[in-house]
This record gives sequence, C-alpha cells and structure tokens, in this order.
Amino acid sequence: MTGLMTLRRAFAYPQTVIGAALTGLIVLLALLGPLLAPHTPTEFVGAPLSGPSGDALLGADQLGRDVLSRVLHGGRSVLWMSVAAAVLGVAIGVALGLLAGYARGRADAVVMRALDVVIAFPQLVLVLLFVSLLGARAWLIVLLCAVAWAPGVARVTRGIALEVGEREFVQAAEVLGYRRRSIVLGEILPNLTTPLMVELGLRLTWSIALIAGLSFLGLGIQPPAADWGLMVNENRNGLTVQPWGVVAPVACIAVFTIGTNLIAEGIARTMAGIDRKDGG
Amino acid sequence: MSDRSHATGLGEEAVVAASAAVPAAAGTVRRRGGLGWWIVRRLAAGVVVVLLVSVVVFAATQALPADPAEAILGRGATPDRIAALRAELGLERGLVQQYLDWIGGLLGADLGRSLAANVPVGELIGDRLVNSLVLLGLAGMISLPLAVLLGALSAVRRDGIADRLGLGISLVLTAVPDFVIGMTLVMVFATSVLTILPAVALIPAGSSPLAHPDTLVLPVATLVLAVVPYLYRLVRASMIDVLESDYAQMARMKGMPRGVVMRRHALPNALVPTIQASALVLGYLLSGTILVEYVFRYPGLGSALADAISSRDLPVIQAITLIYAVAVVAFNLLADVLTVLVTPKLRTAGR
Repeated sequence: MTGLMTLRRAFAYPQTVIGAALTGLIVLLALLGPLLAPHTPTEFVGAPLSGPSGDALLGADQLGRDVLSRVLHGGRSVLWMSVAAAVLGVAIGVALGLLAGYARGRADAVVMRALDVVIAFPQLVLVLLFVSLLGARAWLIVLLCAVAWAPGVARVTRGIALEVGEREFVQAAEVLGYRRRSIVLGEILPNLTTPLMVELGLRLTWSIALIAGLSFLGLGIQPPAADWGLMVNENRNGLTVQPWGVVAPVACIAVFTIGTNLIAEGIARTMAGIDRKDGG
Repeated sequence: MSDRSHATGLGEEAVVAASAAVPAAAGTVRRRGGLGWWIVRRLAAGVVVVLLVSVVVFAATQALPADPAEAILGRGATPDRIAALRAELGLERGLVQQYLDWIGGLLGADLGRSLAANVPVGELIGDRLVNSLVLLGLAGMISLPLAVLLGALSAVRRDGIADRLGLGISLVLTAVPDFVIGMTLVMVFATSVLTILPAVALIPAGSSPLAHPDTLVLPVATLVLAVVPYLYRLVRASMIDVLESDYAQMARMKGMPRGVVMRRHALPNALVPTIQASALVLGYLLSGTILVEYVFRYPGLGSALADAISSRDLPVIQAITLIYAVAVVAFNLLADVLTVLVTPKLRTAGR
C-alpha cells in the first residue's frame, strides 16, 4: 500500500475533500497573505480598537494596527512551526519505534521505559517547562513539540513492527539471509505508510493547537510580530468593543485544525477499510 | 493527548486500539501469577516513572543556559544579590546533593520556597490546586455520563440523522484547540452576542469557586466540549462492536428485548475501553485546565504556573510541573487497575 494509493482512497470520502479544501485555504492564506496585505503588520492605521472602515476592513487592534493585515501576516509562523513539529515528531517516533520493535530485548525495554517518562508529562506542561527556562524560541518550541509527539508515534510503530516481524514473509527474508536493516526498511516500512500518514495528520492538528496555544499564553511568537495565537491574547481585552481582532484569528486557527483533522480522519477510514478486508 | 490518537477519528478502530491493551495485561497477570502481585508490580513501575520524571524536572533547571541565580535576577543584578540568591537556592552544593535535598523535601511535603512571593510553595499553590480540582471534578462528572449517554443513543440509531450529526460535530470539536472553544464561548455568551455569563472568573483569594457558580459555567463547559466528543466516539464505537457481535445478535434473535441487550451486554462491554479512556481524559483535562484557566483568568494551578513562568519562579515551576506529571502517572495507573478489575477474564486469570 503506497502513500499515493492511500491518498486516492482517502479522497473518495467527501470529508477528506472538504478537509483538504479547508487546509488548502489556510495554507494559501498564510503563504500569500503577506503579499496581499494592504498594510504592514506593525503600521498604525487608526485609533486603537476602532471598528471596520474603508482603510481597515476588519478594524484596528488594541494598538491601532490593521487587524486584516496582521491576520494575513500571522499564519506563516504557525504553519511552518506546526508542519516542522509534526514531521520531526513522526520521524523521531518512527526511528525509536523501529529500533524497539525490531531489536526487541533490552533495547526495546530501555527505549519504551524512557518514552514512558516523556509521556508522563502532559504535552503542554513538557513544552512549558523547557520554554519557560530556555526562552520562547521558535526552533526550541518545534523541537519540544516533536519530543512530545515521539512516544505516541513510537508506540504505534513498535506495535506494527512487532506484528509485521512475526509474519512469514519477514521471517522468510531473515532465513534467506537478508540483512536485518534491509528487512526493516524493505518489509516493515511499507506496512507503516498508512498508519504513519494518520499519525502525521493527527500530530499536525495537535501541533497547530499546541503552538497556537503557546502563543496565546504569550510563550510562543513574541510581539510585535503578527501571529494568530498571539493576536487572540492581545485583542481579547477589547472583545466587547472590537471583536474582529479575536474573531478573525480564532476562525483561522479553527478552520486550519478542522481541515487537517478531517484529512487525518479520511486516511484513517481507508485503514479501517483495509483491516476489515483482511478479516482483522 | 497522544493516546487520543487511536480514537480521535477512527470509529471501530478505537475499540481495537483500546482493547489491544487488555490481552497484553492479561498475559502479564497470568504469567506473574496473582492479581495482587500484578497491582504491586504496576505500582512499583509507577513509582519508578515518577522518580524519573522528578529527575527530568530537576534536570530541566540545570539546562538553563546561564547560572540560575543570574537568569532569575536578569542582567542588571549586582554580584551581591546573585551571591545571596545562589546561597538561598543552595547552588553551592553538588548536583546530586541538590537533587536529593529537593526530593527529600518533597517527601516531607516541603515543595520549597517561592522566589517571587517569598512564601512556601505549598502555601502559594494549595488553594490553586483545590480550585483546579473543582474545575476538573465538575468537568469529569458531567463529561463521563454525558458521553456514555450520547454514545449509546448514537450507536442504537446508527447512521440515523442524529448519529451522523453527532459524528460531524465531534469531528469538529476534537480538532479545535481548547482555548479557541473557550474564546468562542466567551464571545457568544459573555461579550459579543449575549452577555448572560461572566467572561472572567473573578474569585477573591481564599474564596471557593463553588461560592461563585456563575463563574464556573463557561470554564467547565469549555472542558466538557473539549473531551465529550472524544469519549462519545469511543463509547459509540465500542457499543456498535458489541451490538454487531454474534452473541448480541443471538440474544436479539431469541427474542430478548433491545433494552435488555443494551443493559446486559452492550453497556458493560463498552465500559472497559471507556474506563481506560476516562483516566487518560482526566490527564488531558488536567493540562487542558492550563489554557482554559488562562482564558477565563480562573485562579487555578495552571494560571499559577503561567504566573510563575513570567516571574521565573523556579521552585514553583518545578513543583507544579511535577504535580501535573505525577497526576498523569496516577491516572494511567488507575486506568490499568480498573481495566483489570472490570474485565472478568483478567480478574480471575491469576487463580
């Protein structure tokens, strides 16, 4: 089952198509937004918390900056950080899971117990602990999110590696004298493609939530940069007067997470379909 | 949260994943003989994880790029003040000694002393912990029965309009971050659309949140909306699996009323994965309270952590992160033990 086949099957479900459309919309908004923005994100366009006008279609924020321009500029950070965190987290998790599931024995025990310790921290707490001590740097947040996702991915990978390792074709390859490494890469990885695509989709959704949440707490992207999570925090005191400063970034974050989650769900459904056909 | 992966979107998959833990536990119980012995071993493993967690929390403060005393005081601090703080933090001792002193203090219920407020950490966060537990408890007490009820109804009327609607809504709600749900509730019920509930939980220090029920509505509702969709899907999926199983079909065929099949077969069997998931959900709710408390400025443990971070109050940060981690380990332990106790096959395996 290649990744492409999985995607083709997943897109047979309308929810996957909707999810891809929503995600695509937000990705375009984040990437092209800065080119379309009528103002720079730090330019003052009106009185603080003034409502929508011809010059500022969504009004001004609590400092008098253009809300629309800040929304258009504020997507890039959460986009690249969450994608990087999800990809890195899945990569680390797969490496550790394969190591544990294929080496077994002592290596397995050591890796899995170490991951038990990481998983004991709620993800947000783990990230907060280190970010609070080392400072809110983008690469650090990405790395910490990846570390937080790795144990879950490793458990899934290990389970599949153990199960595939028991199958006859892998044992046959081993008897035929193929090297262990080539067996892992050649035989186990293809079986992992679809589950890992699901993991990637879910971790991406959670990365967006975690990274936007950190910014909302004031521990992510730092002012005066434009960032959706940060904007919610900056503008929430003016909610009664000028709701757009909160509504617009909240809507962007919500649509982004709903989109990626729908894609993950669509891919997961193809997996359930395969399992049923196998009699699993 | 990572363990939500199995059930976030997967329908029947959820059950496969949730019940996958059961045979593994069964093997353990059987091999090592005796349920009591198994629980002891499981507890011991939990204690080891907690100890390792404490090492990580302690090591984190060692990861500070600069001397902790300098980092806390900032660049402009005089050498005298730095030396005084170094002495107060006990930085002159060896690392191992510092760790052992800290752990020793924890065992004696001494969490250290807050640098910002200059009071014992226990005193500072005691009320906050209780406030967070109120939030957590209320959210849990509402979420679990609600999820079981909705999941059961959805399973019985599978593929009906309500079932499809429920699945769709749950798909949206599981995706959206908690603070986004919270801010949306604030906009709808407290500021922009309606103004029937307070947007901010104004609870005076020393006063119980239970004395201000109106301030609890939105924070609790946010947490409920964040976890019910996930649990609901899990209950629905396990119910459908049971209802489709041969023995449940058989019971229906021999004329047993639908309600009895539900009560006798479907509900008890659907409870096993639900109990496991509930403990995980409690752990998730706990960290969810951090952001939700921040949204509503609710005086709980999470907002205490946010305050401690902004004032670089190391002992408080250490204490609170440790509390969260220990709670997660405890909830997971509880889940495993309860799973074994409610699964007859596992309960009797040791005999």
